[in-house]
Amino acid sequence: MRFDTLLESPADWMHRGQSHGDIVVTSRIRLARNLVGHSFPGWGRKQENEATLRVVQPVVESLPQLGEPFSRHLNKLTAIQKQALVERHLISREHAARAAGSAAVMNRAQTISIMINEEDHLRMQSIQPGLALRESFEVLDEIDTQLEQALEFAFDRQLGFLTACPTNLGTGLRASAMLHLPALMLSDQVNQVIQAVNKIGLAVRGLYGEGTEALGNLFQVSNQTTLGDKEVEIIARLQKVIEQIVNHEKNARQKLLSDNTTTLCDQIGRAFALLRHAHVMPSKEALNLISMVRLGVDLGFFPSEFAVTLESLLMEIQPAHLQIRADRKLPTSERDEMRSQIIRDRLKCLPEPDISKALGGLHNCPPNNDDA
Amino acid sequence: MTCDLCDEKASVFLTQIVDGQMEKVNLCESCAKAKGVTDPTGFALADLLLGLGDEADEPKSPSSSSQMDPELPTPEKSAPSADEKLACSACGYTHAQFKKAGRLGCPKCYQVFGAGLESLLKAMHKGTKHIGKVPVRHRAVQDRHETLAALRSELDDAIGREAFEDAARLRDEIATLEAELAKPSEPTSESSTETVGS
Ligand SMILES: [Zn+2]
Ligand SMILES: [Zn+2]
Repeated sequence: MRFDTLLESPADWMHRGQSHGDIVVTSRIRLARNLVGHSFPGWGRKQENEATLRVVQPVVESLPQLGEPFSRHLNKLTAIQKQALVERHLISREHAARAAGSAAVMNRAQTISIMINEEDHLRMQSIQPGLALRESFEVLDEIDTQLEQALEFAFDRQLGFLTACPTNLGTGLRASAMLHLPALMLSDQVNQVIQAVNKIGLAVRGLYGEGTEALGNLFQVSNQTTLGDKEVEIIARLQKVIEQIVNHEKNARQKLLSDNTTTLCDQIGRAFALLRHAHVMPSKEALNLISMVRLGVDLGFFPSEFAVTLESLLMEIQPAHLQIRADRKLPTSERDEMRSQIIRDRLKCLPEPDISKALGGLHNCPPNNDDA
Repeated sequence: MTCDLCDEKASVFLTQIVDGQMEKVNLCESCAKAKGVTDPTGFALADLLLGLGDEADEPKSPSSSSQMDPELPTPEKSAPSADEKLACSACGYTHAQFKKAGRLGCPKCYQVFGAGLESLLKAMHKGTKHIGKVPVRHRAVQDRHETLAALRSELDDAIGREAFEDAARLRDEIATLEAELAKPSEPTSESSTETVGS
């Protein structure tokens, strides 16, 4: 598959998930595996890593789940192409930094991607929209079982699957979900939630943002420990916690609607206006504004079909995606301009926020003195 | 807020609780990258804290150092040179390198440096024994271990009953199984699974 073909196909997870798709953007499962008798990629010399790659890549490519996969050695991709794969969550930043001796293999729908010679010989990931951790795990578990017939994975009866870093020993499993939590953020409750979640051994992080300033109100929740638990238990625990966070976010949204209506209308209205009319749009600002419009879609201020538009827009406006579209390197100023142009174009048909709908048609807009 | 490793403005913030203790780490963009804290799913705080002491002279918050340090294996005080020179026969990775990077060189390294790992794993994980998925070819080995244990108790029983014919037969079976288990210590793909049925 050509790189352009891959990038032109929207990833399956950009659609809204069936389960809690308004709050859980994606669910992701990652498994780490290594081969017996080969040094881990970080320590292996170039020839050794290339030898491992020659063993692993054909086996991975022949997985029926991948159909006709996109499969590339990393030294055959440009820095910008690799960056675009990072932006799509298909490879990690660490993997993008590698070249000879490493490869990335993925299906066209971009729901399964397998990094060869990242920190471990195999880092496999399955990603799905909405809250679908179990489903993602089943997909990947099946792949793992097939690979294990052809590849001998390093395994110890005590320590489980052996990984380059002891933090991944045992199951080698990292389950995570990307959550969109604008209401918890707006109502200053997000830190409480983070602390509560941390107490049970799970990790929460805002993507490049401080607790209260997570970019685009996006948070990633994941398990922190991999040894001493069964895979299904790790996933069940995470699932339960995510469901609770989802409930908190839902309650916070209802409360905002009833108690802080003006603030809410103002935030969403401003986001709408800026996205529709700005001519310079820095990346961070775009993420935050799109988050508010996304909230608007969830609350019924905008037609629901724009949810998918926003999801793919989030990809399109990222730096590497912009530069691939322009077919050249762009300085920040040009990217900000191009970004605003794409956003204006995509949201051309986005109608004005319909606030009455959200308020059950009782009144057009609330008295505007609750945020003085 | 500034980075825990240098004085740049921190932009990556991590929090987690291990063993009931809250840990916070704030990093700037470049330190985060240098520490590999870029793939949010592929990263663990304990891993980062492991390397901290070597990078800079304990610039971490007092709370985190007091909580994490007792958990870390600290052989540098007891037996510095001998321990640090300990190297993996398969890949040449040394214990000193492990302490610095927090990662190992190859799967075999776990046998070589495994002794000092227990306390680290306790601090890092929920348990120290894997109870999750077992690959098929290891399941076979595991099954044979269990069969062996059963045969041994049957043998004891047979000797107790003075059923020497049974005992002789059981002894042969045990010897065969033991030989099989001893051979593929480094099972090369198919060989180990093929013997399962017999
Ligand atoms: Zn720094
Ligand atoms: Zn080794």
